[in-house]
Amino acid sequence: MSISESDVLNIAHLARLEIETTDIPKYAQDLSSILELVEQMQTQNTDQIVPMAHPLNATQRLREDNVTEPNQRDLAMAIAPAAEAGLYLVPKVIEEQDA
Amino acid sequence: MHTKSVAELATDLGSKKISSVELTQHFLKRIQQHDNDLNSFITVCEERALADAKAADEMRQQGKAGPLTGIPMAQKDIFCTKGIKTTCASKILSNFVAPYDATVVERCQQAGLVMLGKTNMDEFAMGSTNENSYYGAVKNPWDQTCVTGGSSGGSAAAVAAGLTPLATGTDTGGSIRQPSALCNLTGIKPTYGRVSRYGMIAYASSLDQGGPMGRSAHDIALLLQTMAGFDPKDSTSIEREVPDYPATLEAKLDGLRIGLPKEYFATGLDANVANVIDQCAKNLEKLGAKLLEIALPTTASHVPTYYVIAPAEASSNLSRYDGARYGMRCEDPKNLEDMYKRSRGEGFGAEVKRRIMVGTYALSAGYYDAYYLKAQKIRRLICDDFNNAFKEVDVILGPTYPTTAFKIGEKLQDPVSLYLADIYTIAVNLAGLPALSMPAGFNKGLPIGAQLIGNYFTEAQLLNVAHQYQQATDWHHKLAEGY
Repeated sequence: MSISESDVLNIAHLARLEIETTDIPKYAQDLSSILELVEQMQTQNTDQIVPMAHPLNATQRLREDNVTEPNQRDLAMAIAPAAEAGLYLVPKVIEEQDA
Repeated sequence: MHTKSVAELATDLGSKKISSVELTQHFLKRIQQHDNDLNSFITVCEERALADAKAADEMRQQGKAGPLTGIPMAQKDIFCTKGIKTTCASKILSNFVAPYDATVVERCQQAGLVMLGKTNMDEFAMGSTNENSYYGAVKNPWDQTCVTGGSSGGSAAAVAAGLTPLATGTDTGGSIRQPSALCNLTGIKPTYGRVSRYGMIAYASSLDQGGPMGRSAHDIALLLQTMAGFDPKDSTSIEREVPDYPATLEAKLDGLRIGLPKEYFATGLDANVANVIDQCAKNLEKLGAKLLEIALPTTASHVPTYYVIAPAEASSNLSRYDGARYGMRCEDPKNLEDMYKRSRGEGFGAEVKRRIMVGTYALSAGYYDAYYLKAQKIRRLICDDFNNAFKEVDVILGPTYPTTAFKIGEKLQDPVSLYLADIYTIAVNLAGLPALSMPAGFNKGLPIGAQLIGNYFTEAQLLNVAHQYQQATDWHHKLAEGY
């Protein structure tokens, strides 16, 4: 499996990662060799095998629907890069319409 | 004091020969002396440590001391600590102060352990050299030009150099066992679900597990006792009683069936390491164990399977670092997408980006069945391999790592060669089993670790075997020169 430089850009976009233009060839090379390694999985026959979700077949534990956590909004938001009045501030999402 | 075992230190504290404050000051001084060279700590929390120590001395005064009250320790910087920076060795979390404690941290504090600081690691626990840290590589006390292994490399170096008697680590594909092997320590990765993951920053959630690192099986048995147990805050924590680990250390090994997987002694294993593991097996045989050859036929698929599942889970887990809610945000974002991309692009290091991209690719439309689903199927076959083996044997013995520590920088340009070297450690995580690495010998002055793999929830047995081995050998007593 060979990953091209445009594949790298596409994957980086899906992962919302900015990567330096100068690093793209190296990522293409590294991802190609990692996927080449991963390709060796195909030599293992897995017909009729059920995928494993948990080694001990544990299932999600349920609990009573009771309130257990106090409201810690202020504490959680105190470490935000930008917050105001209980809201996280981010750059404008909706573009202004042309007049 | 720093050459004493944890049990000896506990006895000294119990008999008031020394106070926890004095002991803590001793280790803080050693950190000051040696850590400029080693770089094993990201944060040293002197004030907190001395306050913990004072509290521990008071606990003892009031007759409330437990077995580890007053003993200093270090936490891997992946465990959230309220009020003290938790960076995961990443630039993106370089300013992160968690608003809560991880369950492991909370348990250690309740036991009266003293937190000296937070140890260096590979960024987000991704790596096996500790070179992937925003805070720089950690140096191996046995040879400062060599890597410590990783990802719990800071914890390994700190214990090996006597800067702390104990440390925590986490193990997703070998991150406790491999640095333990490369730094002459004993470290155990418990059964998946044995130790709470609450507050332990996630890398690959179905594989991650915390555990103790120290000099001997006895030392880490004491810390595991504190760390292990059910936690309702972790949805994958297992509700099952924790046995008394130190209580069974003295059991004899007569009749113990030890399996040697032939695939673990094949091409790729350094001949000197192979000799040391053979010798270790013979020593265990002398102690009453029976050696049997076993097969783990899926071995060739272990590395490829791991490098789909771990990156896939990582790409999903690390999507939370968005520059919006906590952690680093890039300067002057032009719009929302620019904020995401640049915060993540500037905040993550090269290896983390590589794994996020591999995972993103493996999970992207059209590739899910060929990669992730295929890997989850092989994972069941790997479990079957071990289940079959444990019908014949009680524990499995093999090398922890194919070589001794190598030079810092030597393998930086070739990630795949490093991935391939994880061959002996990663199947354990894929199957959720417990495994321990213990000192077994040296080659050219560098330590070699032997790995014991057990069936589910047999931590007590692994610690027992390691302890018996350590009663008959003195590899674990050997200390790096200059410390």
